[in-house]
Amino acid sequence: MTLNLSPAMRDQVATPPSQVNAVVAKVVRKTFELKPVLHGVSLTIPTGATVALLGPNGAGKTTFLRILATLARPSAGEVAIDGLDLRRDTQAIRGRIGYLGHQPLLYDELTAEENLLFFARMHGVRDGQTRVGALLERVGLRLKAKDRVRDLSRGQTQRLALARALLHEPTLLLLDEPDAGLDEQGITLLEEILRERAEAGQTTILTTHDLAWGLRVADRAVALVTGRVVYDGPAALTPDEARETFRWRETREGAR
Amino acid sequence: MISFRLSLDQFWAIVVKDWRAELRARQVWVSMGFFALLALVVFNFAFDLRVENKASVGPGALWIAFLFASVLGLGRTLGAELDHGSMDRLLLCPVERQVIYFAKLLGNVVFILIVQAVAIPIFAVIYDVPVLTPGIIPIVALGTLGIAAVGTLFAAVSAQTRAREALAPLLTFPLVIPVVIAAVKATEALVQPVANDAPWLGLLLAFAIIFVSVGALTFQYVVEE
Amino acid sequence: MKTLDQPHTTTAATEKAQRARWLLYGEIALGVGALILMPIAIWAALAYAPTDAVQGDVQRIIYLHVPLAILPYVAFFVVFVASILYLWRRDQRWDTLAYASAEVGVVFTTLMLVTGMLWGQGFWGRPWDWADPRLTTTFILWLIYVSYLLLRFYTGRSESGARMAAVLGIAGFIDVPIVHFAVTWWRSVHPDTNYLVDNGSSALPPAATFALLVSFAAFTLLYVLLTIQVYRSLTLRRAALELRARAEDAAGES
Repeated sequence: MTLNLSPAMRDQVATPPSQVNAVVAKVVRKTFELKPVLHGVSLTIPTGATVALLGPNGAGKTTFLRILATLARPSAGEVAIDGLDLRRDTQAIRGRIGYLGHQPLLYDELTAEENLLFFARMHGVRDGQTRVGALLERVGLRLKAKDRVRDLSRGQTQRLALARALLHEPTLLLLDEPDAGLDEQGITLLEEILRERAEAGQTTILTTHDLAWGLRVADRAVALVTGRVVYDGPAALTPDEARETFRWRETREGAR
Repeated sequence: MISFRLSLDQFWAIVVKDWRAELRARQVWVSMGFFALLALVVFNFAFDLRVENKASVGPGALWIAFLFASVLGLGRTLGAELDHGSMDRLLLCPVERQVIYFAKLLGNVVFILIVQAVAIPIFAVIYDVPVLTPGIIPIVALGTLGIAAVGTLFAAVSAQTRAREALAPLLTFPLVIPVVIAAVKATEALVQPVANDAPWLGLLLAFAIIFVSVGALTFQYVVEE
Repeated sequence: MKTLDQPHTTTAATEKAQRARWLLYGEIALGVGALILMPIAIWAALAYAPTDAVQGDVQRIIYLHVPLAILPYVAFFVVFVASILYLWRRDQRWDTLAYASAEVGVVFTTLMLVTGMLWGQGFWGRPWDWADPRLTTTFILWLIYVSYLLLRFYTGRSESGARMAAVLGIAGFIDVPIVHFAVTWWRSVHPDTNYLVDNGSSALPPAATFALLVSFAAFTLLYVLLTIQVYRSLTLRRAALELRARAEDAAGES
């Protein structure tokens, strides 16, 4: 298995020009208070792919996902989602992406149902009541619908957050460590959802600390190390091969 | 981009959501109301209790009590968002940032008005000052709107700094001094009408219009990342 | 090691160096101008201008006070415009200019208040009079821009801090006329005769006018000079930190 190190515009050549890619990032940089976090990330993710975004802590995975989720602005570079420009068509993009972050992004004082109904209204989801009911059923929280988020367990909260991300049927789903805090039942649910999305041709990008799991559920992998893309290709790697990529960079940096 | 109808619905959704969350949180009502009451009582003892003084000192004490109680309460609707670190929950949604501002503003205004509705009758009794006339309504409404317009904006600002809510009054008070001046003077005029008085109500109106506009236009720059 | 041997690169570098040199000349000119005008202004204020018949020598402080009264508004107007431009263009330089002008503005405002209090002590026998609209308005202005500096302190060098300060810079300046009206109407009964001195126009002999004008010119030059200095200092500090961050980052790479 060859390890590609610098993707650059390799993907653009491989992609048929008529197809609109889910994500096209060009030389995206992000600096927080003068410290660079992303150094010119360029990649293309075709529609329908399930991508595992991998890398050591601090590599910039969360930052990159947040940029895609319109929660952060890139310091430089361009991003296009479904052909829409991140800077110009931000609101339109928000309607098409679903995001699950490190924090559940739910309202503690409201019930599970109230949370989903609120976000359904915010996204202009038609027939919100029905959709919310169906989603609660799907994530196995029907019985907990009237419980306040404050009283839910970590796993239940995570499932509810997942439901919120799926509420408006996003074409691009961004999951930041979705497996964290989920029990076995939750992981099975997550994998089902990933499969359904892949079959429906919807794009998903996820990060995870569980290399083996990530490589198993995804069909593409992108590896970020210290804010740079070091691998972008099929996910048909073994975890050891993937770690090879990271360690190669790590020995260059010295002990990290 | 986002239809007006959707924006309106989003506006109400946020207002209702904030109300529900705040009602369930409960403690802030008590603290705000109690604070306003305490302030009034303390002022009463701090200033001389002779009858003549009450009428002249009363309106000032009332509005200072409102001002401080407002700032305590203004942090809440935004604090609730920021309790978990950020406004991401709302910002993720395809909602115009002005809509968020207006919704938070309305929540704050209603909040403060309720406290005032309780405090004013008490004030009228303690200070023996006849302010319970219809004329007080525009003064209170516009004054509150002005203070809340600035306070909501800078509650959002200060919540993102190292100092958190502590900075909000420091940023808000200097800017709303003219509102306090106008509101106090207008309240005094209610009790003791002055000939050729300055258009205090007009100033309150102008301030409210200007700063609601400034707030709506600049809120997006405060909350974007 | 790259060498600059392409013609266009050399020209660009030379242009940049030339521009920097002209800016330096300009700054030196400003400095020299201020250096010359200041002593003249002081002399004019202390000696050349006639002694006021009513107030005596104490009145001379208005030759400092009056120019100092106008400059804060100039400084904060610059903050206002720079803040708007920063939010529009997102160019770091506008933000730095706003910060620099605010700092210098607060210093000048403080001086204005202090000279006002000195004069008040000398003339009224007490340092402060709330009935003086100009003093009170400026005091509120001082509060607003001190809160601006406070906000800067608590937000550090972050981009969000710059944006928020810009919002305050805009809101603060918009508030100024409102404050002015509120304060002026507040004490509508004005027995002030001391105001005639500040209003100045008709009653002033030419020597006094000269003193005021020279003083105004001197302080304006001083404002521009100081703002440039603070601007440069902020820019350099920022560049140094950026360089260090980049070096740390590169060190992590190789």
